[in-house]
Amino acid sequence: MAYNWNWGVFLQDTGIGNGETYLDWLITGLKWTLTLGLSAFAIALVVGAVMGVFRTTPSKILSSIGTCYVELFRNIPLLVQLFIWYFVIPELLPFGWGEQFKQMNPLLQQFLCATVCLGLFTAARVAEQVRAGIQSLPRGQQAAASALGLTLPQTYRHVMLPMAFRLIVPPMTSEFMNVFKNSAVATTIGFIELSRQAQQLVDYTAQAYESFIAVTLIYLVINASTMYFMRWVETKTRVPGFIGSSK
Amino acid sequence: MSTGILDLDFSSIPGALPILANGLATTFEITVAAFIIGVGWGIVLAVMRLSGNKPLAFFATSYVNLFRSVPLVMVILWFYLIVPQLLKSIFGEGIADIRFASALTAFCLFEAAYFSEIVRAGIQSVSKGQISASYAMGFTYLQTMRLIILPQALRNMMPLLVTQLVILFQDTSLVYVIGLADFFGSAYKVGDRDGRLVELLLFAGVIYFILCFALSTAAKRLQKRNVR
Repeated sequence: MAYNWNWGVFLQDTGIGNGETYLDWLITGLKWTLTLGLSAFAIALVVGAVMGVFRTTPSKILSSIGTCYVELFRNIPLLVQLFIWYFVIPELLPFGWGEQFKQMNPLLQQFLCATVCLGLFTAARVAEQVRAGIQSLPRGQQAAASALGLTLPQTYRHVMLPMAFRLIVPPMTSEFMNVFKNSAVATTIGFIELSRQAQQLVDYTAQAYESFIAVTLIYLVINASTMYFMRWVETKTRVPGFIGSSK
Repeated sequence: MSTGILDLDFSSIPGALPILANGLATTFEITVAAFIIGVGWGIVLAVMRLSGNKPLAFFATSYVNLFRSVPLVMVILWFYLIVPQLLKSIFGEGIADIRFASALTAFCLFEAAYFSEIVRAGIQSVSKGQISASYAMGFTYLQTMRLIILPQALRNMMPLLVTQLVILFQDTSLVYVIGLADFFGSAYKVGDRDGRLVELLLFAGVIYFILCFALSTAAKRLQKRNVR
């Protein structure tokens, strides 16, 4: 049983009547994967930074909020979290917000759920990096800041965070790459990102190998671009005199 | 159809426990097999990568980078495409559990890439003097690795291996994409069947949390003991 290779398949019309080719499907998938990944990462950076800072503060309440957040989001599989956001949370929302949510465009529903889910999931990982970054700072910096009369929030704002954020750029590279890879999980709720489009292409064309190879290559390109982008950020934000700054 | 927060009804769970336990067994089978084979193959890859033999190092590096750049969902789908055809050409028709076999292959090969990075870091954490000393004693590269470096490296990297095991355990839920009924898949099916999806999903979340939390706490303990 020889397999019929047909790379021309991407230029064929999908035949659902809007003049799109299969290539257009892939481009749509790429667009959604990128949109989902970038918006989730934006959420992750904000929430992760806050939670990471919470974990390092002397306040017991704040640090246990941070710890609970990280443990909760790290110890439940992403897929389960996604299904909980998609199927459970709308049922539990007050004031009929759940009903309103269900009346939205399905694509928008899936996108919102996937973004919030992936964002908060990644935030737990980002929080750990932020915490590690803050804790890797020499203790003397905080002591010096208090000696100068800075309050704790001022110490964070002007002394510790500007350093910590720059130090954690290298480990953040892999989180940034992970966010795009993890976005593939959204295929399970029917969101039309890249891996969903790969499966659709297989269903419509039966050219499984071409579709999977194409999508795999696109993921490789996304990964490589993310890596180069983060390397560039790294050279811009490197702290002179610290590890890794000597290159 | 709207369920308020107060009318959660968990009554369909006790009757479904056998199905759920079956699913959990599948989850454990995949996790344990992928852990053992993944660590084994990961060690081989790491040793190849550090061997100084160019073709072997190139193969191992490409393998690791390829698998680490592709989403696990895609890897599972890939193997669901390839493995059944391979099995058919080797064993003929009549392999019943194609989904399980392809999920297992996907996880073993995929996780090996991640384990190999942990092993590589572990090997590099052993001081260079040990390698030189063992060469000076006349050991070959493989003997050095097997008898001197790996026993120490494996001890150093236990906490990271357990952390990765937690991730692997969580990732097995993704076999949902090929319709294999692991713990999550079974919970979803039962919830869908009884119209109690909300309750079953929450139940699955709680069980996963308890198991993973216990395991990651164990990893942290290990780490503290190693540092001491």
